[in-house]
Amino acid sequence: MTNIKEPKKYEVIGTRPLRPDGTDKVTGRAIYGGDFEMTGLIHGKILRSPHPHARIKSINYDKALELEGVIAVVTADDLPVNPDGNISIGYSRGNILAKDKVLYVGHAIAGVAAIDPHIAEEALDLIEVDYELLSAVMNVEEAMDSSSEIIHENSFMKEFGEMTVTNNNIDEHFQHKMGNIDKGFENADLIVEGKYSTVMVHQGYIEPQAATALWRTDGSLTVWNSTQGSFPDRDELSNILDIPISKIKVVPLEIGGGFGGKIPIYQEPVAALLSKKAGNPVKIIMSRKEVFESTGPTPGGYTWVKIGVKNDGKITAMQSELAFEAGAYPGSPVGMGSLCVFAAYKCDNQLVDGYDVIVNKPKTAAYRAPGSPNAAFGTEQVIDEISQKLGIDPIDFRMMNAISEGDRRVDGPKFPVNGLKQVLESMKNSPQYQKKLKGSNKGRGIAVGYWFNVGLQSSCSITVNTDGTVNLIEGSTDIGGSRASIAMQAAETLQIPYDSVNPSIVDTNTVGYTAVTGGSRTTFSTGYAAHLAAEDVRDQMIKRASEMWGVPNDSVVYSKGQFSSDADPELSMSFKELASQLENTGGSIAGKGSINPKKVGGSFAGSICDLEIDPDTGKSTILDFTAIQDAGKAIHPSYVEGQMQGGSAQGIGWALNEEYFYDQNGIMNNSSLLDYRMPTSLDLPDINTIIVEVPDPTHPYGVRGVGEANIVPPIPAIANAMKRASGKRFYNLPMNPPAVISKLNQDL
Amino acid sequence: MSKKVHVQTIINGEDVEFLCEPRQSLLECLRDVIGMTGTKEGCNDGNCGACTVILEGRTVTSCLVLGVEVDGKELTTIEGIADGEKLHPIQTAFLENAALQCGICTPGFIIATKSLLDHNPDPSEYEIRWWLANNLCRCTGYDKIVRAVQESAKKIKAQAGG
Ligand code: FES
Ligand code: FES
Repeated sequence: MTNIKEPKKYEVIGTRPLRPDGTDKVTGRAIYGGDFEMTGLIHGKILRSPHPHARIKSINYDKALELEGVIAVVTADDLPVNPDGNISIGYSRGNILAKDKVLYVGHAIAGVAAIDPHIAEEALDLIEVDYELLSAVMNVEEAMDSSSEIIHENSFMKEFGEMTVTNNNIDEHFQHKMGNIDKGFENADLIVEGKYSTVMVHQGYIEPQAATALWRTDGSLTVWNSTQGSFPDRDELSNILDIPISKIKVVPLEIGGGFGGKIPIYQEPVAALLSKKAGNPVKIIMSRKEVFESTGPTPGGYTWVKIGVKNDGKITAMQSELAFEAGAYPGSPVGMGSLCVFAAYKCDNQLVDGYDVIVNKPKTAAYRAPGSPNAAFGTEQVIDEISQKLGIDPIDFRMMNAISEGDRRVDGPKFPVNGLKQVLESMKNSPQYQKKLKGSNKGRGIAVGYWFNVGLQSSCSITVNTDGTVNLIEGSTDIGGSRASIAMQAAETLQIPYDSVNPSIVDTNTVGYTAVTGGSRTTFSTGYAAHLAAEDVRDQMIKRASEMWGVPNDSVVYSKGQFSSDADPELSMSFKELASQLENTGGSIAGKGSINPKKVGGSFAGSICDLEIDPDTGKSTILDFTAIQDAGKAIHPSYVEGQMQGGSAQGIGWALNEEYFYDQNGIMNNSSLLDYRMPTSLDLPDINTIIVEVPDPTHPYGVRGVGEANIVPPIPAIANAMKRASGKRFYNLPMNPPAVISKLNQDL
Repeated sequence: MSKKVHVQTIINGEDVEFLCEPRQSLLECLRDVIGMTGTKEGCNDGNCGACTVILEGRTVTSCLVLGVEVDGKELTTIEGIADGEKLHPIQTAFLENAALQCGICTPGFIIATKSLLDHNPDPSEYEIRWWLANNLCRCTGYDKIVRAVQESAKKIKAQAGG
């Protein structure tokens, strides 16, 4: 096993300073998407489909336009035509405003702008839409049945990387193969398999989508919104509205949660089209019902898993089939799920098939480690079943088969340095695991999970102020304290105090391309870019000092916040002193850093869950919970813990309670926060955290992004705890009280 | 178009007058009519607590109160918690304990905490969790919020004692 290297000593990294945006956020001063105001602002609302699948025969909005206070109405006819037939742009436009067919309840049909939101809402009722109803396809099994109604009549299934002539509801079927699966199973002493199904759940951010758009007469468009990525929004707006990126400015406001759900845009193009017609800035804030019915949830579907193992505990074969709901347009996270399904295990014989399946539900979007929880709900239960059957401790069993650096993932790449074994070791040594759990109806479950760090582009610039402070300019919206974690890395590199770094998050005209706040990348990539910008500043400051002192550039060193020269021991100047002299020695200094890191590592996480099932009510109560995760190097440990606790809480909600509850007509019956019940403070236990640090060697400070992997293991850990508490294996989510009661009564 | 109603109220100790439509909620009046956007909207139907304010000494979800109902009444919003630039101990405790990630739920939680500690200066963890169950937070898992509330109680007691 790799030894954890002696952690480096840092001044700023690893401390827990206050976040720079904190005061504004505890006083109500911070401006979020919905708080934006400007002169001439009018309000938009969107008419949405009440049917899961229907042809639009006609839309008549004459009466809506006649209502006093209504200024403009737009429909898909106002979107640019798609002459070259680019299918992906066609899909993007189709999800913004439905053209010929509506594909899910909540699908946008028309936008109305009026002087106030109530009038806009009233106008929606005056729009007449004539539908021809089609039968709806509501889950993957139905959709994969060749007799089901075809949702996209003109699209064909891709199989093994090639287009076929099959027109069905499967957008893609792919396969990853390694070794010889049949032989692997032949060599096994024990084979366990199971099909594990999940249903749609939502990211559940508390702030609904909110955006304001102003389309000026010169053809330029400015959007102020709550987003995970202003630059990707600019790209999407450019594609959907067919205007050059140079004409678009996206100004990111504070964001009230995202978890992947605020990567895509929804109402921005509608607000833009309304603004173009009206001549005013148009603001659209979604209702909670719209958030549930029209923005991306994460898919339901199934993960079938079969694993073969020797009596001594060595895994010989692993096979899986995953079919996930894409929603109404292609693009479920089944690709990622298939890479995560066996990521934690070393096995030479693997076969994984994945299906991206179109159904009449909202188009899915990323949700924290997208696809990995659905996959782990299968794998980690089969692994648990095997360890129970072999009588091996579940942590030991995972340790025996854990992947190491250099082992191959099913799709080919070799695993880089990773912290899986250290995570397992910390789980084993944790206070919770060391304690015995006693009593009937109680059970302890463990599981592990994996997620990537996606890398991607980030840019930062740093300008030096004459008082020795610096301004850090970045493009990553701050969802959970990233201003702090990025500023800390700049401060460390510059060897100045944390509060001498003033971070600002700016619009798309003001900083270099920066990808989304997502993919566990922000603290990694934007932190890296800040580090590079800080190095650039440092090098320019060294050059300035050498010029001021008249000594060779390479004789100047910067250490512990002091510039000095080997040429003359008398020469010494602090960062602050040099900063104060920049004006008259050549002008101010600005550094820049841009990066698009490749071969970035990922993060493993583990959960330990002790719970008790009430056999009378079916309610499960979590008694004790520990989240363990490899952070590489925890820049701001409080926010790392916060990610681990938040991901665990979402996993617990997903496991025990949350679901899109549809009736037979394809209507979601629980699109409110009362009926789609997310965990409250009373539902959750204290969530203990253990941070493991196995540095990622591709990052200057060893960072691993920690935003996502933590949602993966809670779900199977809870299922495994329920198995041990009740003797029953749970194959479906959510494991809510009715499901538990029916399971407990099954064999009676 | 509907006639507007004149409303006279006291917000954070100051007399405030505004005109609103009878159908407008208190939340809408605060945010869109008066321009106090510190109170947040998460659901507009009483189920998330982001819009929590204190009305006549009781916490209410302002999306379920009509603007016209506060005529002659007194309310406290997030904008009235700090003493000028000096943060309230609850605000400091939330910051020090990293009890906010995105921060959209934070105004509601701070108001709810203020109300809890006004009623019960020394709550148990269970009482804290019970009281705050009206407010949803999707980012934190509540752990650090509970720590912040415990810390707030200590800070307030220390302040009163000192
Ligand atoms: S906005 Fe009032 S409770 Fe959610
Ligand atoms: S901090 Fe984001 S909802 Fe609470």
